[in-house]
Amino acid sequence: MTANRLTESLLALSQQEELVDLPKDYLLSESEDEGDGDGERKHQKLLEAISSLDGKNRRKLAERSEASLKVSEFNVSSEGSGEKLVLADLLEPVKTSSSLATVKKQLNRVKSKKTVELPLNKEEIERARTPLEQEIFNLLRKNKQPVTDPLLTPVEKASLQAMSLEEAKVRRAELQRARALQSYYEAKARREKKIKSKKYHKVVKKGKAKKALKEFEQLRKVNPAAALEELEKIEKARMMERMSLKHQNSGKWAKSKAIMAKYDLEARQAMQEQLAKNKELTQKLKVASESEEEEGGAEVEELLVPDAVNEVQMNVDGPNPWMLRSCTSDTKEAATEEEDPEQLPEPVAHEVSESEGEERPVAEEDILLREFEERRSLRQRSELNQDAEPADSQETKDSSSQEVLSELRALSQKLKEDHQSRKQKASSEATVPQVQREEPAPEEEEPLLLQRPERVQMLEELEKEECFQNKELSRPVLEGHWSEKTPNNHPDAPKEKKKKEQMIDLQNLLTTQSLSVKSLAVPTIEMLEDEVERNQRQMIKEAFAGDDVIRDFLKEKREAVEASKPKDVDLTLPGWGEWGGVGLKPSAKKRRRFLIKAPEGPPRKDKNLPNVIINEKRNIHAAAHQVRVLPYPFTHHRQFERTIQTPIGSTWNTQRAFQKLTTPKVITKPGHIIKPIKAEDVGYRSSSRSDLSVIQRNPKRVTTRHKKQLKKNSVD
Amino acid sequence: VGEMETAPKPGRDVPPKKDKVQTKRKKPRRYWEEETVPTTAGTSPGPPRNKKNRELRLQGAKSTHILKKSRISKKPQVQKKSREWKNPESQRSLSGAQDPFPGPAPVPVEVVQKFCRIDKSRKLPQSKAKTRSRLEVAEAEEEETSIKAARSELLLAEEPGFLEGEDGEDTAKICQADIVEAVDIASAAKHFDLNLRQFGPYRLNYSRTGRHLAFGGRRGHVAALDWITKKLMCEINVMEAVRDIRFLHSEALLAVAQNRWLHIYDNQGIELHCIRRCDRVTRLEFLPFHFLLATASETGFLTYLDVSVGKIVAALNARAGRLDVMSQNPYNAVIHLGHSNGTVSLWSPAMKEPLAKILCHRGGVRAVAVDSTGTYMASSGLDHQLKIFDLRGTFQPLSTRTLPHGAGHLAFSQRGLLVAGMGDVVNIWAGQGKASPPSLEQPYLTHRLSGPVHGLQFCPFEDVLGVGHSGGITSMLVPGAAEPNFDGLESNPYRSRKQRQEWEVKALLEKVPAELICLDPRALAEVDVISLEQRKKEQIERLGYDPEAKAPFQPKPKQKSRSSTASLVKRKRKVMDEEHREKVRQSLEQQQQLQQKKEAKTKPTGAWPSALDRFVR
Repeated sequence: MTANRLTESLLALSQQEELVDLPKDYLLSESEDEGDGDGERKHQKLLEAISSLDGKNRRKLAERSEASLKVSEFNVSSEGSGEKLVLADLLEPVKTSSSLATVKKQLNRVKSKKTVELPLNKEEIERARTPLEQEIFNLLRKNKQPVTDPLLTPVEKASLQAMSLEEAKVRRAELQRARALQSYYEAKARREKKIKSKKYHKVVKKGKAKKALKEFEQLRKVNPAAALEELEKIEKARMMERMSLKHQNSGKWAKSKAIMAKYDLEARQAMQEQLAKNKELTQKLKVASESEEEEGGAEVEELLVPDAVNEVQMNVDGPNPWMLRSCTSDTKEAATEEEDPEQLPEPVAHEVSESEGEERPVAEEDILLREFEERRSLRQRSELNQDAEPADSQETKDSSSQEVLSELRALSQKLKEDHQSRKQKASSEATVPQVQREEPAPEEEEPLLLQRPERVQMLEELEKEECFQNKELSRPVLEGHWSEKTPNNHPDAPKEKKKKEQMIDLQNLLTTQSLSVKSLAVPTIEMLEDEVERNQRQMIKEAFAGDDVIRDFLKEKREAVEASKPKDVDLTLPGWGEWGGVGLKPSAKKRRRFLIKAPEGPPRKDKNLPNVIINEKRNIHAAAHQVRVLPYPFTHHRQFERTIQTPIGSTWNTQRAFQKLTTPKVITKPGHIIKPIKAEDVGYRSSSRSDLSVIQRNPKRVTTRHKKQLKKNSVD
Repeated sequence: VGEMETAPKPGRDVPPKKDKVQTKRKKPRRYWEEETVPTTAGTSPGPPRNKKNRELRLQGAKSTHILKKSRISKKPQVQKKSREWKNPESQRSLSGAQDPFPGPAPVPVEVVQKFCRIDKSRKLPQSKAKTRSRLEVAEAEEEETSIKAARSELLLAEEPGFLEGEDGEDTAKICQADIVEAVDIASAAKHFDLNLRQFGPYRLNYSRTGRHLAFGGRRGHVAALDWITKKLMCEINVMEAVRDIRFLHSEALLAVAQNRWLHIYDNQGIELHCIRRCDRVTRLEFLPFHFLLATASETGFLTYLDVSVGKIVAALNARAGRLDVMSQNPYNAVIHLGHSNGTVSLWSPAMKEPLAKILCHRGGVRAVAVDSTGTYMASSGLDHQLKIFDLRGTFQPLSTRTLPHGAGHLAFSQRGLLVAGMGDVVNIWAGQGKASPPSLEQPYLTHRLSGPVHGLQFCPFEDVLGVGHSGGITSMLVPGAAEPNFDGLESNPYRSRKQRQEWEVKALLEKVPAELICLDPRALAEVDVISLEQRKKEQIERLGYDPEAKAPFQPKPKQKSRSSTASLVKRKRKVMDEEHREKVRQSLEQQQQLQQKKEAKTKPTGAWPSALDRFVR
């Protein structure tokens, strides 16, 4: 293998050397052309060609051969540039933005530069480093094989040099003899071919066949591999014969024989012979031979395939038929992309990283959950301890339903107590002035608990578990807090964040930005001290915390959205074209094929409104009153809509405007007879004065000709 | 449908008051108006102040209305008008003096803009010359009519009243007694209390003209009266619990939701109908332009009864339990229902499902009210919050306020004042202008009643708020609550019986079908695009080709020697290429947009978090 490669590289090296030689030829041509008139130009060209050889600006400049003042898109030639002209290029502005242009140029240059495979230097070859290389060089040296110059081995060179005049003469004579013999043989063959006797040919053929069979037998004993090849040839011959319709009783001879067969015994025999032969030929062969044939075909295919493919095959461990097929099928790709095996691992690695990314949040969440659980238990303990302090401990209420229940009970008890105390107070405070100013109530129950970012991340889940723990939390603030602290530690941020935003938004709607009470007349009976009232408000808030209104609403909305989505149509017939029965499902491929996906409708109106469900159903009763046909000059419905947007009813207009808007096009005077129109009315001659009864409303619409006519009438 | 869209009528309304016109128009005065100038100068600088140093003006005093009425019939007005129009011509012809202000008087642009209905923000596709001319005609017509409407705006002579505190003085501190003391006798007479302690908390309803008041006590007391003259029309006891009471289209008919069924009485107190299909009704709402009586029942049904033909148009199951919170949107006649799960649902008789559902509160909804422009909805819930929502498509809360005891009843006035009844206290909030939502920071007025509030309504065209409570009825003065100018043909408080009958016929003729009720009533003026497209598709199928399809370009033969086949082909080719280029350009643009979108999407995910970020606290 390595030796092979080495020789290859050597070959490449030699080619490079040839390339290097090229400029010299150019120089020669230059000297030849010097005498011409346009030598200058050619010289320039040559210089360019030479300079382009080093690869910096290989692209030849576009050349316009004809002089023209106009530069239009129609006579732009795409010759010189070596690139195809794209219509998009023509449409683009001539100058792209300057800042990007330079970068683009650089990029293009980098792209155009092909990594030239530099031949290995001589020294490098000489310097054999690895033991294997050393061994190879030793071997080469021992056998006097060429190391650098691959054209002739030293032996050949020696033999070439050693040939003398006698030897040359001998050799020439040999050659002459061989030529003579060949000509004799050819002449003989030509003569034999001209023999018309069929019998002779038959005999010759039979003889040949016998000989071939004999040889084949011999070969089989001596060289089975070669025999196999021979067999193949025989088989091929058979196939050819079979294809040729020679023994189908359809030839001229066969037809004549068929006529003769009735009377001639010989002819009958010949016919039977032929039939037998036909049968023999058309016999169906064994399957095994077919597979052999196929294999042969595959081999042929493989032979056609370039070497690179074979290399790839060799790389693949084991003769995996699937791999083989794949390799042969996309030979081109494999041939062009030699770095394929190197590229392959990359996506795999990517996948791995992705899966890691997916796993990571889960792990994080687990940790968070645990943390939260711990905290919850802690809080429970503390609550048990501090049960005596009502107001503050209430706020950090827990989520589990049992606790809610117990707390509700406690709340109701407290409420009762409060009520009693209030009554007592009310009696004492009967003289308090009626309109009382309240002191500004505390803005929110508590400043935010110091929260860690993870807690916010968890909120969504918590809510799912009916934990409306800190309703008074002002979410936006919290969010800002979180985003400040952890700018980008959320791996799959966009999706989750979106979801969360919606939730948070909804929370916002219902909790935040409520104004505090400043000045209100407070009902007399329920005149309370600030503290007591605050307590009560808090209690009520907590009492309603259990009502998961938001979750119910979100669920309802989700259902409504689902219901309004267009449904896909599944046309798969289970058991059609494959096995059916209980427990068998049609294959995924089939399902995919027969699933007609419904087109996605327009986005919902309430897409960005978390607290709203807007019915998307069409009001068909109202649609019956809408305009369904566009009147004549309008081509788009919006044009027509614009003309009917102004109401013409008297409810929306002043009396005069209404009258003007609703005047009929033609006003007729009562009592006048309107005669039907005649040809004369339209033509040159005027009729009687009957058409005076019709007065055009709009003077503009009266054409000049009509006016003239009217005048004439009046004159008459 | 809405009252907002109507234009002021020149003939119907009150005649102009000179001084107000003067202040509005900045144009120099005309020479024939000389005698009015001193009066304006006298009135404008210092409005009269009372002893408490606060400005107080109350619109809708009975005396002023009567004055107006008398003026309508007076002839001098007409003469004045004619003089206005005739004088310049006569002047010119006789004395040769020129009109110093030739041509029609200029109209302020903002006022004209108010009456323009064509939405010019939506772009139109390229149109043919013929279509364009039609569009121009439509636009010209619109401009003309809106200018006319703007011109007649100056006939709306009355201005809304207001209450203004001196130097940061809180208007909420001013009690009814102070107001009554400050205003004229006629207005002061509009503040009264009816002490009806016997028959429990009252619900009340004003008729559309604002002249009549009906109220029903829970213990069966039903009465209707002309509340301005205090003339009793009828008074009965239905011997059954009365849940709600409402006037139908006129003051002659009265719907009463009783314990079992819905009953309809006339103004004599005679029972006309007992509608048994509407049972256990809790709330009533009347849609005046559709002649529909909407009833919400304990059984959870919202029933629409067409009172003009006596048929039930629709009975919708709200599927949300007992319904006892209902209000109507006067702009589009949509019914708003409040539910115990904190949502407010919007209903139309044409749809079996709600048009929209809005989650408003954490607890159940206690009261809902929609302002007269249909822009704002106020709702209060068991979570003690009062919120104002924007109904123009977004349904988002604009402002929120926590009240100590929550509001049990809400109502909007014609000019956008919001009243909330909390226990035995009534709070009123006012906004900056007519089209702005009430700001919930400072109450405009407060009042304490002798019992807990049970019903609230602002009286139309009068600065009066009617409150029904357990101690009877209270009518309190709220300056600036009502629309000062009324439409004499639509709802005239001073109309006679004959006028009422005529109006009734006209209103019935203009009845809007129930199925036209939808969230955006302007959508009815749009073409039904879906059926239009369907029809077109069918036509194409029927004919086998598209009759409106653009025919491929066929070059016209030109003069001899220039219409060779080659040149024809060339011309054809040119056009084709041009079209193709256009297509390519468009597709390129689309691609670029897509790419930009993609880039925008991928950018945020670009930075992968490092593994150590999880330890960042």
